[in-house]
Amino acid sequence: MFSLSNVLYVRSNKTGNAVTRIDPRYAPTLATVGLFVAMLVVGAVRFPNFLSAQVFLNLLIDHSFLVVVAVGMTFVILSGGIDLSVGAVVALSMILSAKLLQQGWSPGLVIPLVLSIGFAFGTAQGLLIQYFDIQPFIATLAGMFLARGLCYVTSLDSIPIRDPFFTAMSQTRIGLLFIRTPDYHVYGQVIVPVSDAFVSPAVLIALVVVAIAFFFLHHTRFGRTVYAIGGNENSAVLMGLAVARTKVLVYAISGLCAATGGILWNLYSLSGFPLAGIGMELDAIAAVVVGGALLTGGYGYVLGSVVGVLILGLVQTFIAFDGTLSSWWTRIFIGTLLLIFILLQRLFSRKGFTVPGRRPVANVPVRPLDTPAALP
Amino acid sequence: MNAVLATFMKRRMAWPLIALLLLLAADQIARPGFLSVRMQDGHLYGNVIDIIRNAAPIALIGLGMTLVIASRGIDLSVGAVVAIAGAISCNYIVNAPVQGSLSAALIGVVLAIVLGLVLGAWNGFLVSTVGIQPIIATLVLMVAGRGIAQLITSGQIITVHNDYYKAIGDGYVLTLPIPVLITAAAFILAGVLTRKTALGTLIEAIGINPIASRLAGLKARNIIWIVYVVSGLCATIAGLMITANVTAADANNGGLFIELDAILAVVLGGTSLRGGKYSLLGTVVGAFVLSTLTTTVYNFGIPANENLVFEAPVVIAVCLLQSPKTMELWQRWRRSSQLQAKGITV
Repeated sequence: MFSLSNVLYVRSNKTGNAVTRIDPRYAPTLATVGLFVAMLVVGAVRFPNFLSAQVFLNLLIDHSFLVVVAVGMTFVILSGGIDLSVGAVVALSMILSAKLLQQGWSPGLVIPLVLSIGFAFGTAQGLLIQYFDIQPFIATLAGMFLARGLCYVTSLDSIPIRDPFFTAMSQTRIGLLFIRTPDYHVYGQVIVPVSDAFVSPAVLIALVVVAIAFFFLHHTRFGRTVYAIGGNENSAVLMGLAVARTKVLVYAISGLCAATGGILWNLYSLSGFPLAGIGMELDAIAAVVVGGALLTGGYGYVLGSVVGVLILGLVQTFIAFDGTLSSWWTRIFIGTLLLIFILLQRLFSRKGFTVPGRRPVANVPVRPLDTPAALP
Repeated sequence: MNAVLATFMKRRMAWPLIALLLLLAADQIARPGFLSVRMQDGHLYGNVIDIIRNAAPIALIGLGMTLVIASRGIDLSVGAVVAIAGAISCNYIVNAPVQGSLSAALIGVVLAIVLGLVLGAWNGFLVSTVGIQPIIATLVLMVAGRGIAQLITSGQIITVHNDYYKAIGDGYVLTLPIPVLITAAAFILAGVLTRKTALGTLIEAIGINPIASRLAGLKARNIIWIVYVVSGLCATIAGLMITANVTAADANNGGLFIELDAILAVVLGGTSLRGGKYSLLGTVVGAFVLSTLTTTVYNFGIPANENLVFEAPVVIAVCLLQSPKTMELWQRWRRSSQLQAKGITV
């Protein structure tokens, strides 16, 4: 999948010399990785201490839940859909687990329960989308309203978590023995490395989720069906693929990932609050797009989305390190990044976007005959 | 009568209209006198007036959104444009030589409108000239826009003291609230411009089949520019209404989620997100449903923050009822039950 021979190919130019070209399909993802490396380099040059292992690991620690949510979103976007409910589902699972733990439920019950609620929530949205032909945008928007409303019904205030298991999990630091982080620099010169770099258990869980998602997307029939639906749903149906089941599952997975994200956020903040994750769906979508996926579906990688989340995190780290920039620059930077990536995709993509009246479009959905808006 | 009813029920607007009437009826039953309207200080007062006034900004944004959606697009950036419009106008008025003067209010409003037109043109540029999918093109401004609004207000909530500006949000002319009059005027203007000329049909043509309309010699690019600029303009004016109503510009929360409300109003009104045929009147009904729903929730004494729980099922129900798939299933079920009644098993 990621072998170099796939990404680069050799062909002859006009003078007959062999030149190496980049496969345009990989261009956005390569640009993502390139940008990430470039940001690390710029950060390392501008700020001392920027390129320490712990700064990098903190990116993962601070965004472990966003990584998981973005993974779920990747499935949905690859299939050509969108899920606006993830932020609200994250908040719902957060507040539910906090509430249940407060009432003395055991974590062994709470975690599976919350995860299955997330899965069921996603499944319900998927069923609405697949079997009642409701647009993903509208169905998940209604889901977002419902989940957010349920958060407020559950509790209006922040609920602290005092459960021993959650507390232990959140305080555990898993040291990475082989990576030592320098504690301080003197004019760029590294003095003795003192402490071990560490990650939280949430990071490991997030990485496991990424690995599972990677396996399912790239090594199973289900994953290939997801790509096929995003490429052209009608063709996928004609090929006899299990389109209906896959489309429902994609939203179920997104719901499950959002619920997992909620639990991870519980671990991170040791609380649940109903206003959590407002606008998180935007961050997740931005991460997936910056990660090189096409919002029309069919192209993109889970690992790209992970790098996308890290890039969004780096933007925040930059602003934190800089100190003079106000927090609202984060949004402006993320918007600009989105724009750059969308333009890049436009340049490199061979797949047609819905450009009204410009050129033949590859993925115009075939309008069913019974749609009332067919003819005036 | 039955025939009239049958043609009515075939219209997609029928279900939201029924939902609206049911909600109002429930309100009236729960609290007799709910629907009464009285005169006070030369203004009309009453719950119905409040519902209409609260629906005005949503309907106005929905107007622009309807045209965008009809052209098979979507404009996610309207909420951010609302915040920017409030921010730029309030920022000017607060720093104007005389804060309470008419000229300060006018220049503030003009500045906001110019900026709104520019932002709309930016969306139109990305969609029509660069050729980016509408949902992504407008996502850029949706994400960056609130940052821009905060940049203008330096992250503060700007409070203004200007009666002329305030009137845009809560003033009255001829016993009616000004926002309602502005929105009504906008709808009449849009209705005349799109339905009495070919513009509406051209927008629908692009929405139904972009390729065919191009082959038919339609300059789709210009029309797409127009719809996004109109959407930007509508969002700006709605932003002024919202900001003026509370006489404060809040870059973070001004117009938060209003893009979703506007899209819902459009969809509830029977305009398909797939583009094509649209109904401006439907959007008004959709906006009324949303605004009535909020008022109903208050009326029943349900805590304000729980109204989302009630909004979601109504949205899902209306969408389900409008879905052609549901019709199909219903007809299939009716046919089979009719056959069963005749003793035929399928």
